[in-house]
Amino acid sequence: MHVLPYLVAAYVFLTGCYGLAASRNLIHAVGCLAVCQCATYVLLLAVGYRDGATAPVFSDVKPGSRPVVDPVVQALTLTDIVVGATVTALLLALVLQIAKRHGTIDPDELRELRG
Amino acid sequence: MHHLIPLLAAVPLFGAALLVATGRRLSRAAAEITGFVFSGGTAALALVLLLNSAPPMTEWVGGWLPVDAESVGILVVGDGPALGMAALASLLTLAALAYSWRYFDQPPRERTGSFTALMLVFQGAMCGFAVAGDLFNAFVFFELMSVVAYALTGYRIDEAKAVQGALAFGVVNSLGAYAMLMGIALLYARTGELAMAKIGRGLDAAAGPGGPDALVLASFVLVLTGLLVKATAVPFHFWLPDAHAVAPTPVCMLLSGVMVELGSYGVWRVYGTVFAGPGGIPAADLTRALVTLGTLTAVTGAVMCWYQRHIKRLLACSTVAHTGLFLVGLGVLTPEGDDGVALYLLGHAGVKAALFACAGVLLDRFGSVDEHALHGRARRLRATGVMFAVGAAALAGLPPFGTALGKAVAEEAVGGPLTAVYVVVSAITGGAVLRVTARVFLGLGPRPQEAEYEISGSDEEPETSGRLRRIPDTMTTVPAVLLAASLAVGVVPGFGALVARSVNEAGSGGAHASVHWTGHGLLLDAASTVLAAALAGLAVTRPRRAAAPDRAAPLRRLQSGHVGDYVAWLLVGAAFLGALALPGVLGG
Repeated sequence: MHVLPYLVAAYVFLTGCYGLAASRNLIHAVGCLAVCQCATYVLLLAVGYRDGATAPVFSDVKPGSRPVVDPVVQALTLTDIVVGATVTALLLALVLQIAKRHGTIDPDELRELRG
Repeated sequence: MHHLIPLLAAVPLFGAALLVATGRRLSRAAAEITGFVFSGGTAALALVLLLNSAPPMTEWVGGWLPVDAESVGILVVGDGPALGMAALASLLTLAALAYSWRYFDQPPRERTGSFTALMLVFQGAMCGFAVAGDLFNAFVFFELMSVVAYALTGYRIDEAKAVQGALAFGVVNSLGAYAMLMGIALLYARTGELAMAKIGRGLDAAAGPGGPDALVLASFVLVLTGLLVKATAVPFHFWLPDAHAVAPTPVCMLLSGVMVELGSYGVWRVYGTVFAGPGGIPAADLTRALVTLGTLTAVTGAVMCWYQRHIKRLLACSTVAHTGLFLVGLGVLTPEGDDGVALYLLGHAGVKAALFACAGVLLDRFGSVDEHALHGRARRLRATGVMFAVGAAALAGLPPFGTALGKAVAEEAVGGPLTAVYVVVSAITGGAVLRVTARVFLGLGPRPQEAEYEISGSDEEPETSGRLRRIPDTMTTVPAVLLAASLAVGVVPGFGALVARSVNEAGSGGAHASVHWTGHGLLLDAASTVLAAALAGLAVTRPRRAAAPDRAAPLRRLQSGHVGDYVAWLLVGAAFLGALALPGVLGG
C-alpha cells in the first residue's frame, strides 16, 4: 500500500487551509480554496489506483483480461472538478464586486461585519 | 410511486432552466407565475409522496440496480424524514416566492426571472440533498445548495456588505464541503460503496475485533465537519450571522428556515445510516460530541442574539442558538429526542421565516432594521407588530405552538441539566425578539443610547423599489400563514404522533415513542415563556443593566468578519470534534 499519495493529499489540504487563514488578498484566498479542493482530487485518484492497471477504457482491451483502475473515483473527480469550477467562478465574481464596492481586496480591511 | 422521487430535484431544476432560457422574453408576472407553478408542483409532489411514505421507499435512479449486491448507481430514499424535509423546503420556497411577489425592484429587462430561477435551483438542491441516499450525491446537492445560497446572499451585488457576507459564506461552506468529500473518499476506500446504508454495512464487516480505527474516525470527523458547517455548530457558525444579515429577506427565510436545519438533518441521517453500527463511532462518543458542541452552540447563539441590535442579525443568531438545541436533542440518540427535534424543527421553520418576513416589512417601511434607530417608529404597523410578538413568544416556547410541543418532547428526552439549557436558551432568544417588539412596535422604555463597536442596521439599502405605497398583502399574509402553520404543528390532533412514527420508522433502531402534550412539558414551556417576557421587560425598563454590550464583548469580538479567522476556527472545530470522538476509538 502506498502511503505517499494520502500524505500528499493531507499536505495539500492543510497548505490550502493555511493559505486561506493567513491570506492578505481575496483572489489569493479563492486560489487557496481551489488548492484545498485539489487535495480531494489527489485523494480520490489515490483511492482508485491499482498497481499495473491501465485506464478503464475497453476499446482495445478485452474486459477482464487485465486490471484497470477504479473508474468510479474518476467519475467522482470529474464531477468534483465541475463543482470546483462553479464555486471558483462565483467566488471570483464576488471578489470583483468587493473590489468595486469596498475599493480593497485585503480581508484585513473589510471590517464592516463584526460583532 | 417511488419512481417519482428523483422528480423532486428535477422539476425545480427544469423550471429554472426554462426561466433562464426564456427569461428575456417573459414579463415579470409571467416569470413569477412560472416559478409558482414549478415550485408549487414540487411541493404538491413532495406532499403526495410523503403521504405514501410508509413503508419507506427507495429508488435507484435510471434503473442502475445493484448487481450481486454491488452498485454504482445513484440511490434516493423516500422515507418520512427525507420527504418531510423536501416538503418543508418546497413549501418554504413557495412562501418566499409569494413574499417576494412585489418585493424587489423591477429587475432589468435581461434579468427578468433570474431571482425566481435561483430560488428554484435552491429548492431543487435542498430537495435533492434531503432525499439523497448515497454520500456522493449528498455532497453534490450539498454543494449546489451552497453555491446557489452564495449567489442569492450576494444577489444585490451593488451592496458592499452583501458581497462581503456572501464571500465569507462561500469560502467557509465550500471548505466544509471539501472536508466532507475527503471523508467520503476515505469511506469509499474502506468499503467500495457510496450508498449510505451499504457503507454502514461495509464498515461493520471491515471492523476488526478492536472496533473502529483511525480511518473511520478521520472520515467521521471530516464528513461531520462539512455537515456541522452547514448546521452552524460553534465554532463553525461564524459565516451565518454575516450572511443572514446581508441576504435579501426572502432568502433569509429559506436560509434560516430550512437550509441550516438540513445540516442537522444530514448529521442525523449520516450518523444513523453510516456510523451507528459496531464498525462506526460508538454511541457514547457521538453523544459526547454532539451534546458538547450543541450546548456550546446554544449558549453562544443565545448570548450573541441578546446583544444584537441589527434585527436580521439578531434573528440569525437565534437560529444558531436553536440549531444547538437541535444538535443536543439528536445527540442523546433516543427516539423521543429525534421526534422532539423533528417537531421543533418544523415549528421553528415557520416561526423563524415569519419573523424574517416581518423584519422585511420594517426594512421596506423605514429602510432600517436597527432596533435603536427604529425605537417607537413602527407603532402604526399593528398587524406586523402583533405577528412579531406572537413569533417571539412562539420562539420562546409558548404552548400550543409546534415549537413548544417539540421543545417539550426534546426536553423530556434529554433530561437533567440539559433541560435547563433548553429552557434558558429558548427564553433568551424569545426574550430578545420580544424586546425588539416592545421597543420598535410599542416604543416602550427609554431610547437606548448609542454605543461604540456595534454593527447597526440603520444604513441598509431598502430592498423594494423606493418605498412601496402600501405594504403588499402578500407581505403580511405570508408571515400570518407561516405562524398559523407553526401553530398547526402543535395543535392538529395526531400530527405529532404521525411525525414521530415516520421519524422512528426511518431511524432510531425501530423503537417507537409516543408524542403528546404532558403537564411537565407544558410547565417548562410556560416557564420559558414567562422568563422570556421577564427578560424583555427588564431589558426595556433597565437598558443599562440588561444590555450592557461590553459584557459579551470578548465573545462578540470573535465574530470579526475576517474570512481567515473563520477558516482557522473551522480547523479548530474539526480538531475539537476529533478529540471529542477519540476515546471510543482508543478504548475500542
